Amino acid sequence: MFALTINGQSHSVDAPADMPLLWVLRDLIGLTGTKFGCGIAQCGACTVHLDGAPVRSCLLPVGSIGERAITTVEGIGSTAVGAKVQKAWLELEVVQCGYCQSGQVMSAVALLQTHPKPDDADIDAAMAGNICRCGTYLRIRDAIKHAAEA
Amino acid sequence: MDELDIEPIVREAVDASVPEAPSASRRAFLKAGAAAGGAILLGFRIPFATSATEQATGVFAPNAFIRIDAQGAITLLMPQAEMGQGIYTAIAMILAEELDAKWEQVSVEASPPSDKLYGNPIFQIQVTGNSNSVRAFWTPLRKAGAGGRAMLIEAAARRWKVEPSSCSAADGEVLHAASGRKLAYAALVGEASALTAPADPPLKSPADFKTIGKPVKRLDTPDKVNGKALYGIDAMPPGVKFATSAACPVFGGKVGHVDDSKAKQVPGVRQVLVFDNFVAVVGDHMWAAKRGLAALDITWDEGEHAQLSSDAIWKQLRAASEKDGVVAKTAGDAAKTLAAGTRIDAAYEVPFLAHATMEPMNCTVHVRPDSCEVWVGTQVQTRVQAVAAKVTGLPPEKVTVHFHVLGGGFGRRLEVDYVEQAVKIAQKVDAPVKLVWTREEDIQHDVYRPVYRDVLSATLENGRISGWKYRITGSAVIARWLPPAFQKGIDIDAIDSAADIPYDIPNLLVEYQRDEPPGVPTGFWRGVGPNNNVFAVESFIDELAKKAGKDPVEFRRGMLAKEPRLLAAMELAASKAGWGSALPERHGRGIGVQVAFGSYIATVAEVEVGKNGDVRVHHLVCAVDTGIVVNPDTVIAQLQGGLIFGLTAALYGEITIDKGRVQQSNFHDYRVLRIDEVPKIEVHLVQSGEAPGGIGETGTTAAPPALGNAIFAATGIRLRRLPIDRDVLAGRKTV
Repeated sequence: MFALTINGQSHSVDAPADMPLLWVLRDLIGLTGTKFGCGIAQCGACTVHLDGAPVRSCLLPVGSIGERAITTVEGIGSTAVGAKVQKAWLELEVVQCGYCQSGQVMSAVALLQTHPKPDDADIDAAMAGNICRCGTYLRIRDAIKHAAEA
Repeated sequence: MDELDIEPIVREAVDASVPEAPSASRRAFLKAGAAAGGAILLGFRIPFATSATEQATGVFAPNAFIRIDAQGAITLLMPQAEMGQGIYTAIAMILAEELDAKWEQVSVEASPPSDKLYGNPIFQIQVTGNSNSVRAFWTPLRKAGAGGRAMLIEAAARRWKVEPSSCSAADGEVLHAASGRKLAYAALVGEASALTAPADPPLKSPADFKTIGKPVKRLDTPDKVNGKALYGIDAMPPGVKFATSAACPVFGGKVGHVDDSKAKQVPGVRQVLVFDNFVAVVGDHMWAAKRGLAALDITWDEGEHAQLSSDAIWKQLRAASEKDGVVAKTAGDAAKTLAAGTRIDAAYEVPFLAHATMEPMNCTVHVRPDSCEVWVGTQVQTRVQAVAAKVTGLPPEKVTVHFHVLGGGFGRRLEVDYVEQAVKIAQKVDAPVKLVWTREEDIQHDVYRPVYRDVLSATLENGRISGWKYRITGSAVIARWLPPAFQKGIDIDAIDSAADIPYDIPNLLVEYQRDEPPGVPTGFWRGVGPNNNVFAVESFIDELAKKAGKDPVEFRRGMLAKEPRLLAAMELAASKAGWGSALPERHGRGIGVQVAFGSYIATVAEVEVGKNGDVRVHHLVCAVDTGIVVNPDTVIAQLQGGLIFGLTAALYGEITIDKGRVQQSNFHDYRVLRIDEVPKIEVHLVQSGEAPGGIGETGTTAAPPALGNAIFAATGIRLRRLPIDRDVLAGRKTV
């Protein structure tokens, strides 16, 4: 049994220690906003925050998390930066199919929390791990800057 | 001009495949005229009926697309799949415009599966593809909306005892201007329901459009930034189990022997299921299923393709491409012209491609003794229902399908192979079961964009093309996907944007040669036939411009007089891109133009080629005439994304085969463009009053030739094969 804090709530899960957080969130807790894309930390669709830092949950064993606070896309809107990013995403109509956008939003929020006024190089560095097959990258870049100015 | 007449062939084909079963519930038929260009266009009629089960009391349902309840809520039923292209919003805009609904009162819902009620007017089956949702449904949906409006006006006029012509509608209300009376649609639901739908309601003049043409916020996106949107993979019926599967890694192979002793010891594994050509593990969660699958000791019966390689496939394709094909179009005397002049020859090739939708293939199914329930994202709703019925032996009406938004389609979800697998698994599981393919399974068991080889010859006279011969050789996807439409040896998709090239060429011959690659399943991939053809044609046109000693824009301009819309798009793109202005060394600009999916598009790429062969795309400028634009921001987004999709293919995309297996497996070796590689992209929309064209696939076909032509401008090296070969650009290898 593992005691996890997810979006400020306590959850107790019965899972093997090597089970990636991604599947714990989705299949055991029912938080399906975090997406499966590749399973090898290549696409970023599964990005969540551990104590505010972005991690790829598809390779993160649940047994390694300890007491660190987990934030998922379902909870990020209750943070100031998270709400700003979601608003910017909609104002600039970033989303197409949307499947990768949970991960994009989580990576963007993490970036803005450490770099409130990111330049293009900061955005490249923080976001290059998140693939978008629909090709919404131009709007992601603009929306991050838009959120930074909000 | 002697040309293959495609329309009757397709009409005959779809008539044969989709029987026109008369239905008592049909209230009216509307004939819709030709909606737009494109190869697969035919006359059609839409049964505008409401099915009996949908005629709930207290709801005004003038046709299969519109429901208005007594509280004023307007539900619009979506025949097409939302896969990121914004179609839910565009369809809702068209309906709401003619219905004069208040946009804030409108909500959308996936339609139930029905070819009869919701069949795509072009294909006549329920399918989202070929960039034709707006093209195909433009007129029928306008009539659906206008019919509803006419009935509501009539209901109000009867109540007021005035002439309907003295009333009008706006923002969800009927108005009688003379008396100043108003009635909300909600108040008219009962009376309007008793009226007969008009057969041919008057449509608005485009000048009166209030919603169409304005940038409307998409209806589906708010839930896609907060984790609430439910894709197929997010379906969680109570008690759901989780499965993942492995098909024989060799195409066409079967399962030999399975030792599941270790897999069954994995915590959470419930069942190991062995089928003819795949194995599945069912568990309490995906991790158990995945670990269980990895713990299986499987011996495959690899079958006849065990030694298949890409080399062998290319050898076969190249040999086939040397033979005469079936004539798809002729004009003048191409053979004579080519024999008499100085012939210029080239051959272009494009590789197999996987779709790599971000949401891997998945399907959730619950089979009960007398029913089947399916949760899935698909581009072919009725085919999902049909395959589940076929596998279970249940009648289709016992198969309920819950349609989810798609985490990417790109043509992959025009197939139902993963649905069939999921239903077979579910038949052996006493609970709902969700099958999710790993990314590796998704890449290695795709239905691939075919390899094509395009052989071109031309002669020049006075700076123009005098003779042209183009032979396309490759898989006939149509022959498998819609068999009756494959007629006289011609794949109408494979020749799209080839048989109808925009240039004015007096002597022309276009041929198609079918050649199926052994073992490898082929399917539609974003951009479909034009993807191959626009790349080959526009690259070869550039080669001919060089031979003619002309600037590529000037050369094209001389042969586009009969295509004013394309010519105007080209002039706009060239001007916005600063065509002709100086660039630094190893930089180059290239242009590509196309008439595809009923849209007229010109694209200028600016690239930089490093001495090590690396290609950096700096800028894309695109000018688009797609007729009347429904949602301008969506059109721009589709072009931006489509161009990036095309760049990904041109810069990186290739699936290769060794020992009968796909060699790529995930995003590390099947690369996708990332944010740090994306150029600046400008999209310019040309104002037009023509019927809407298609847009979802156009950017994908536009990017590769513009890129290749820019690389030539930068280096003098002509790449006739995709993806681009950096070794050739660096001089490490010759073509």
